[in-house]
Amino acid sequence: MSAVGWVAVGLLGGAAATARFLIDAAFAARVDHPFPLGVLAINLAGTLALGLVAGVALSGEALVIVAGGAIGSFTTFSTWMLDSHRLADAGHSHLVWLNLGLSLIVGFAAIVLGHWLGSVL
Amino acid sequence: MQATQFDLRRLAAIYAGGVLGALARVGLAQATPHGPGGWPWGTFAVNMVGALLLGYFFARLRDHPKDSLAHPFLTTGICGTLTTFSTLQLELFEMVDAGHVGLAAGYILATLAAGFLFVRAGIALERRPEVAG
Repeated sequence: MSAVGWVAVGLLGGAAATARFLIDAAFAARVDHPFPLGVLAINLAGTLALGLVAGVALSGEALVIVAGGAIGSFTTFSTWMLDSHRLADAGHSHLVWLNLGLSLIVGFAAIVLGHWLGSVL
Repeated sequence: MQATQFDLRRLAAIYAGGVLGALARVGLAQATPHGPGGWPWGTFAVNMVGALLLGYFFARLRDHPKDSLAHPFLTTGICGTLTTFSTLQLELFEMVDAGHVGLAAGYILATLAAGFLFVRAGIALERRPEVAG
């Protein structure tokens, strides 16, 4: 990948992290519930977007920049795991399964839907 | 005014962490290419390392002062961006699409089980008793 490509990955990664923080904070300010709805929404939206990008058959450096730099940075695995641990720690075991199950099942549906939408566009 | 200034510094810390996390993840992905029939070692590695580090920083910085910049830089910035959920789902989709359903099942189960354990290991690592010297 070119030097410009790496710079783009870094700049978009920073922007995506900042957007993730702001969106999660906006959810936290409005929803008074232990369930991590903000991260779920972020991960599902990002997964739909990644399906779309894969479906339109973007390739080469453009794919790495958009998929890896922007969308991959926007979504997060570590926060999803830590939130699940915290829910378990607080005794909300049903919310742990809801958090894992919804993310996995709706996430897979989002990637399939995004891929299909991208391929018919 | 004070609050806005602080928020901008916090956003800058998250941005800087995001730059580093994204470069590390994409760099590793570029160095470890794989097909739909192979184990995605790049994604698996960053997700496990990120989960371990986030558990550790979460425990270490739990009582951090509200205006600490290290916390957002390390957690939301670096760990949040180093790890990825969307790429994991795309890899699962590509495995299933290519007929490697067993591999997809193994990949998601290993990722979830190990990810959960790595978060807990990170927390435990921070809380280990000090070695008496």
